[in-house]
Amino acid sequence: MLLQIHEPGQTPTPHATERGVAIGIDLGTTNSVVAIAAGETPEVLRDENGKALVPSVVAYGEDGSVEVGEGARRRLLDDPGAVVGSIKRLMGRAAGELKHLGGTLPYEVEPADDQGGMVRIRVQDRRLSPVEVSADILRALRARAETSLGQTVTEAVVTVPAYFDDAARSATKDAARLAGLTVLRLVNEPTAAALAYGLDKGAEGLYAIYDLGGGTFDISLLRLEKGVFQVLATGGDAALGGDDFDHLIAERFLAERKAQGLVHRPSIGEAKQVLAAVRLAKECLSTQERGEWRIELGGETSRHALDRATVESLIRPLLARTLSITQSALEDAGFRPTEVQGVVLVGGSTRLPLVRRELGTLFGREPLADIDPDEVVAVGAALQARALTRGEGTLLLDVTPLSLGIETMGGIVEKVIPRNSPIPVAMAQEFTTYQDGQTGMLLHVVQGERETVAECRSLGRFELKGIPPLTAGAARIRVTFAVDADGLLTVSAEEKTTGVSAAIEVKPSYGLGEDEMARMLRESMEHAQEDMERRLLIEARVEAERVLLALAAALKAEGELATPEERAQLQNLAHEIRKAAAGADRDLINGLVERLEETGRPFAQRRVDRALQGALAGHRLDEVEADMAPDARAAAGSGSSGAARTSSRVPAAPRND
Amino acid sequence: MTEAAGGDSGAPHACWSCHGPITAAALFCHVCGAVQPPRPLDAFARLGFPGRFEVDAAEIDKRYRGLQQRLHPDRFTKRSPRERAIAESQAMSLNDAYETLKDPLKRAALLLERAGRSSPIGENRTIQDPALLMEAMEVREALAAATDLAAVEAIGKRAAAEDRRCIEALGAAFGAGELDKASRQLTALKYWRKLAEEIRGRRAAIAHGAG
Ligand SMILES: [Zn+2]
Repeated sequence: MLLQIHEPGQTPTPHATERGVAIGIDLGTTNSVVAIAAGETPEVLRDENGKALVPSVVAYGEDGSVEVGEGARRRLLDDPGAVVGSIKRLMGRAAGELKHLGGTLPYEVEPADDQGGMVRIRVQDRRLSPVEVSADILRALRARAETSLGQTVTEAVVTVPAYFDDAARSATKDAARLAGLTVLRLVNEPTAAALAYGLDKGAEGLYAIYDLGGGTFDISLLRLEKGVFQVLATGGDAALGGDDFDHLIAERFLAERKAQGLVHRPSIGEAKQVLAAVRLAKECLSTQERGEWRIELGGETSRHALDRATVESLIRPLLARTLSITQSALEDAGFRPTEVQGVVLVGGSTRLPLVRRELGTLFGREPLADIDPDEVVAVGAALQARALTRGEGTLLLDVTPLSLGIETMGGIVEKVIPRNSPIPVAMAQEFTTYQDGQTGMLLHVVQGERETVAECRSLGRFELKGIPPLTAGAARIRVTFAVDADGLLTVSAEEKTTGVSAAIEVKPSYGLGEDEMARMLRESMEHAQEDMERRLLIEARVEAERVLLALAAALKAEGELATPEERAQLQNLAHEIRKAAAGADRDLINGLVERLEETGRPFAQRRVDRALQGALAGHRLDEVEADMAPDARAAAGSGSSGAARTSSRVPAAPRND
Repeated sequence: MTEAAGGDSGAPHACWSCHGPITAAALFCHVCGAVQPPRPLDAFARLGFPGRFEVDAAEIDKRYRGLQQRLHPDRFTKRSPRERAIAESQAMSLNDAYETLKDPLKRAALLLERAGRSSPIGENRTIQDPALLMEAMEVREALAAATDLAAVEAIGKRAAAEDRRCIEALGAAFGAGELDKASRQLTALKYWRKLAEEIRGRRAAIAHGAG
């Protein structure tokens, strides 16, 4: 009696959802790591020497060649002018924001052409955006994965510091796009680390993730339970990391040289050499008590004795800041340190014995380092990539790290979404005009915890036009902030009093405009156009599959309401759609899908009418509807779809404070 | 569990995907399985709790996580963009409900709203209660004068105790149906929460200043 939609043994549009392996990438300030989770256990990809860490260093040759990793790092000493490191610190930054880094960046930074745009760096004769440099690193990681897997890789989960703001997140996503990678999800580094422990080591309970990387510090509190990983609070400092320790030691060395009467002032390149020597010294002192280092600059040689206790006294104040931030995060979540069941260490700087001692004291337990702190984030990213591509049961529930708000009169910030709100989130706030007859309003979106705009990070400005001219204070402008699961913000505004609603939707952008992005994509990928076409084709196939499944389900459930002619027509169309979906003509697929929706409309109407007449309403519906999970969907097919309601945005919640 | 959402069913809706009839409360179409857009429910209704001030925090967590596990957009990565957008709306609504029920301040404000009262802690509301106003000024002065961590901690302890007291009083007031009283306690709670923020700011400033 039921219409058989599929020929035996044939599943609908087999390649619609076919996917290769997605990789996990930890894009670090100092080092990056790539991992895959194809089989049971995740695997960190290593070079021929067994090294997982790829230095996040890029060397640009005069001939236009690009080298990433160990080789580039080695060239740092011989050819410092051609080499870029620590680029992550500049992601999404405008020139004016780099004052706090004052002179510590070992390369030349220039402002962007447009006001407030992302900085550019000058290397060789090229002028590069941090996004482009990061894309070069990502390309190298992608190549490592492709070599290891023997297949093309186009999807990745990329990690970012939890404390990365919207600008830095967008920049990271853009860099991945430039490197030919679709980001399945930006995952916060500490969350990824927790995921690695939760999934790989079976950890459950309340966990603190202490992540001290080269350039950033993050602390996150998570509740790990079977399958659900919920971030309760996060905190951090986007401008505090192991690099700062290095700079303190370097400053000491330089001061000692001065005290010894040496007058040569180090160039940018020489500063890089000093930093490289310092890193070596720091690593040595993690395992030995003392040592002596020699520095030669401008023909002048100096010797520097250093012991672990001295290093510890130098970095203790910075460490105290991380501990104070940790305590605040605990308070945000309403927990005492002793309630934490495990402290996970992430980042190379957590190898310092002092860090482990201080954390042991604060939490009253030894921190965990079962998984290599340098690799744990990439492992978690790979596991999340697998969960997302295979549709496994794992779920990450993350939060916004920083409050989002809008500038009001007098440069005061009105918070719209408070920090530590679970994402995705949409919240709205109403504003009004302050002048009679005002028809436009400039909205300035900011991020941060301080009360004045000047002390927060500006994410962008946009203007809402077409407000009906009313007396001051009469217009009601509803501004909605929506943050998606990647932590990216979209702002929209509309005027509601008069029924005339002017709406505008803005993605804050930072320096990299769509035009510029398009140009870079063209330059970096010969196949940018094909890539876009491919994506649209896959989407058309996915949509076709949905429509076929919906039709089959409807016919199976209430097929008796379709006339024989309708069935034949629908069957024909379904058959044609399956044929079209096997091909590559996107317009053909979409056109047929539309026709199917149209053809199925009378049948759908009869179904609804019968329900309205009561035959199906009431109990029976309630009973059958009970617990349909998305994956429990019947593999049958079809339906009319059609005048589908457009996906409704969330009713943004009115706020109460 | 059908819907945490309690009650209603109302007239059947048309499923956006297969266009067949479904109950208003359905999260998923029982015919084609498509996820449905969130309905306009308040936080209590969305998570299936009665409108009371006292809540079982562990049960809120449990229901929230259970629903997110079915509705979060990550569950729909292989679905069409439309389904992913609907799932995102559902996840946003759940997050909003979760934040409201977990926070005594928002929970109390919602209960007052349900009872047809305007929130005493909405925008631009100032403290009307003279006693609270006096107390506010006195504590702020003490905080400004505090120069060491011990002094700040002492004020912090007081704020924490007042916080607990306000929450208990809110429970009692709502329990007895005394909405005016609840409204006053809510204002006080709001004030103590704001002060707690200031205390933390002051503590951080002193800690940093000390090096
Ligand atoms: Zn349906």
